[in-house]
Amino acid sequence: MTRLPAPWGSRINRDKPVSFRFEGTKFTGFEGDVIASSLAANDQWMLSRSFKYHRPRGLMSMAGSEADTLVQLPSDPNVQADRHQISEGLQVTAQNVNGSLANDRDAFMDKLGRFMPVGFYYRTFMGPTRNAWLKFWEPLIRKKAGLGVLNTDATHQDYEKANLFCDLLVVGGGAAGLTAAIEAAEAGADVILAEMEPDIGGALTYRRDSSDLLDDLRTRATACPTLRIMTDTLVNGWYEDNWLPLIRGNKLFKTRAVEVILATGAIEQPAVFRNNDLPGIMLGSAAQRLMRHYGVKPGNRAVVLAANPDGYRVALDLLDAGVEVAAVVDPRAGGSGGDLADALRRKGVKILTGDITGAQGKKHLQSVTVNGQNIPCDLLVMSVGSVPMWQLPCQAGAKLSYDQDHARFSLTLPDAPLHIAGSVNGLSSHDAVTTDATRAAHQALARLDLPHRDIARVEDTEAAFANFEPTITAHPKGKDFIDRDEDIQVKDLQNATKEGYRELELIKRFTTVGMGPSQGRHSALATARIVAKATDRSIAETGVTTARPPFAPETLGVLSGHHHPAERRTALHQEHLRLGADMRPVGAWWRPYFYGDKTNARRLIDEEVQAVRENAGVLDVSTLGGLEVRGPDAGEFLNRIYTMAYKKQPVGRCRYCLMTNEMGTVIDDGVALRLADDLYYVTATTGAVARVYADMLFWNAQWQLDVDVLNVTSAFSGFNITGPNARQVVEALNSNIDFSREGFAYLEGREGQVAGVPVRAMRIGFTGELSYELHCPSSHALTLWQAIMEAGKSVNLRPYGLEASRILRLEKGHILIGQDTDALTSPDELGFGWAVSKTKPFFIGKRAIEMRRNKGLPRKLVGLSFDAPRDSQDVPQESCLVLRDNVPVGHVTSSLWSPTLNKHIALAYVHGDDSDIGTQVTLKCRNGKLLNAPVEGHAFFDPDNKRQEV
Amino acid sequence: MKILTCPMNGPRNINEFQCFGPVKNDPDPATTSDADWARHLFRADNSRGVITEWWRHVPSNYFFLAERNATTNEVIRTFTPQDAEARP
Repeated sequence: MTRLPAPWGSRINRDKPVSFRFEGTKFTGFEGDVIASSLAANDQWMLSRSFKYHRPRGLMSMAGSEADTLVQLPSDPNVQADRHQISEGLQVTAQNVNGSLANDRDAFMDKLGRFMPVGFYYRTFMGPTRNAWLKFWEPLIRKKAGLGVLNTDATHQDYEKANLFCDLLVVGGGAAGLTAAIEAAEAGADVILAEMEPDIGGALTYRRDSSDLLDDLRTRATACPTLRIMTDTLVNGWYEDNWLPLIRGNKLFKTRAVEVILATGAIEQPAVFRNNDLPGIMLGSAAQRLMRHYGVKPGNRAVVLAANPDGYRVALDLLDAGVEVAAVVDPRAGGSGGDLADALRRKGVKILTGDITGAQGKKHLQSVTVNGQNIPCDLLVMSVGSVPMWQLPCQAGAKLSYDQDHARFSLTLPDAPLHIAGSVNGLSSHDAVTTDATRAAHQALARLDLPHRDIARVEDTEAAFANFEPTITAHPKGKDFIDRDEDIQVKDLQNATKEGYRELELIKRFTTVGMGPSQGRHSALATARIVAKATDRSIAETGVTTARPPFAPETLGVLSGHHHPAERRTALHQEHLRLGADMRPVGAWWRPYFYGDKTNARRLIDEEVQAVRENAGVLDVSTLGGLEVRGPDAGEFLNRIYTMAYKKQPVGRCRYCLMTNEMGTVIDDGVALRLADDLYYVTATTGAVARVYADMLFWNAQWQLDVDVLNVTSAFSGFNITGPNARQVVEALNSNIDFSREGFAYLEGREGQVAGVPVRAMRIGFTGELSYELHCPSSHALTLWQAIMEAGKSVNLRPYGLEASRILRLEKGHILIGQDTDALTSPDELGFGWAVSKTKPFFIGKRAIEMRRNKGLPRKLVGLSFDAPRDSQDVPQESCLVLRDNVPVGHVTSSLWSPTLNKHIALAYVHGDDSDIGTQVTLKCRNGKLLNAPVEGHAFFDPDNKRQEV
Repeated sequence: MKILTCPMNGPRNINEFQCFGPVKNDPDPATTSDADWARHLFRADNSRGVITEWWRHVPSNYFFLAERNATTNEVIRTFTPQDAEARP
């Protein structure tokens, strides 16, 4: 193992060796090493096979941006080997390999390239039979082309979320980001600096002659109390009004910043020539990262392709690290490295003007062709230009244009609390970058009303000659890769334009260029150049494809975080459990399904029904929606909201409420009790009350009636005491309310006290029996319940659950909104014409109900009953079809066994012409059997409704 | 995430709000033809440019109006129904 001596290797701790396995072989690196650096230190350069041609691939950027460095960990696929740190015992395997990395059985794919032209997928895999794609090709390609493998048995991990707020968020901790953050923090701003690398400094941590500036910035940063520095933190998108997700490990910080400075830097670009993807060919910054971060010597004999000063600096770095530099190749016509070139020449380095036209080697670089001559080498370093990290700025609305003079992309910002600084802004030298960052910081400070100065934008003399526009021509033998992720070559893009594709977005979809993990980071500029040339347009006109979040892959765990199920319990939840209730979720609420031993459910539910029909039962109705409508216009308000009339409703009386929407569809029902001239207590169904409440306020925002609406659903609890002996129960209560038959008639309501608890009592119910509903503040619910149970002892009052309640209501044919109604149900279809006022000038839905009435009655909800045995399958269940001339005309909405009547009862929609009582209709059971039954009324039990009025 | 300024609750994250659609000029149901009433119910202009919409701050159930550019998503102003022009 060869490592460069310190100070090379700033990130590794040479005192702590770490062992791990790659492809089954044991390797040793140091604490702080990433997978790729420790493998490179052991001369293992090949990391994966390419997506399509299974070519050997290794590291190119050391920045985690290309697919070639993705490896498989036991529980994580697609891990970036150039960013993921090694740990003791880590098991790493290569991806996209058939067999082993060294001997990939699919390596022959490389020779088949000419049979797989661009767009080949779309043409080849459609036949020979209609389903060939799904049955044969798709599984085959999935197996051949997949990257990592998901481990469905992976260990559980915890993910967290947090909110962050700051005056200024600086994205990127390089020279620009650090300078801007420090400037703003020193002026008093509350600043967060997010850096995706494990240390701050960005390019200063690996660039030549940068340590003095980095030391200075680190010292200043430490002295800023209002500066929060977050390393290992990825800013993965920009969303409106400066809302940015910061991801650190398994934690997502949802960050809201008043101002944002994007100092995201620039991405170095590879050169395009034949076999430019061989292991051993890397960017200048990658070679510098290997040496300065990890103390890894990137090769023994190097050729440096330098089209800018940074290339010459890399060559000097390589010499310092003991790498032989065979040649520096400068492709610029008349290009000169200036003083840097002189320094290299003094050290005996040959500087050639020309270009690299190809590279040779099997699994590693062996030589490069320069000006027709082969130069043996095991390392080629490319410094030929860069593009600004356009992703976040473009998400924030920046426009990317092409600066022809400098042969580079440049960004124009929108008018927003957003700034860019440093190399993302086209600057390169330290002085220019820090001045630009200071300018951006003071622009942000001005917007924050903090002390600031006006600083003019600087021009960078070095940046002016730092770019170079190469002439890209396709090599006759290909393998000159534009997009290594997707194995896209120059000719693929040229062929796409020959097929007629001009727009970059379409070329991307046809060729898949830029669709891989690197998302165009290393291909966008070259693609734009090739397409512009092939379509005879400027690069500015060609542009880049739209950048969307996320910037880098993110795990689903970060998005999902903790699961917080919404769950509501009534005030009596514990009491129900004490009574042995089988609690079940109904929407968000937990309600007693029945009381007693779960193995006797059917018998117990029957008994609960029987208790109500023959004696007395009590049901917790606390989940029922409750609304208070108060104000001088309360009656007029209800008149407009509901279909009946409420203005003349006497105080102390209850009235049915039916709510329709503007389409005349029934959306809710309930009961309104008038407590005073200006106060109604209105119930709504459990599931709909939130929407009813919202709708009420929405309408009144438009009507501006003098009325207040309050949702008191959870403030009130309620109990319905029902059955022939219910009156005996309530009369036994210690109460100032006259519960006698004469003193409290059907559909009346009273306020009073029961056992010292303030109650609202109503003679209403859902069972068709004599019923009293007592509502009280939820804090008193247990006291009231206990008083009711005590008063019910003499008649053996029985609590009953939801299932008995459903049976009782169906025996009476009472509808459940949402179960017996759908998005089209009109009052007429329910036979509820009686509940729709004919005299009111307006209510919501009135016009639509009238229009629908003129069109006739398409269907109607009717009762049906079946005499089959209780467990018979020859009975239509919910959602079974109603047929007419063998055509569906309706369906069963509710179907249950009635223990009271000893038969199956159901509600169903039948054709409007079949809705008269006695008409035979045909139904189709779930087992396919057809069945005839005569239409009945809704109420199967006590059809004259005598029992509730006694 | 966008910030919307509720006249009652101040600037809040957009996920606390629900849009109730553009303000419509409600025709008089008593005098409008069936066809026009159906159009009123089922057809939306879906226009570009600045539109006025109803918004609801969900936790407080407060309704207010917002002028928003439907092309750029810029909110020009938010205001209470009382501040709106007198409606018929």
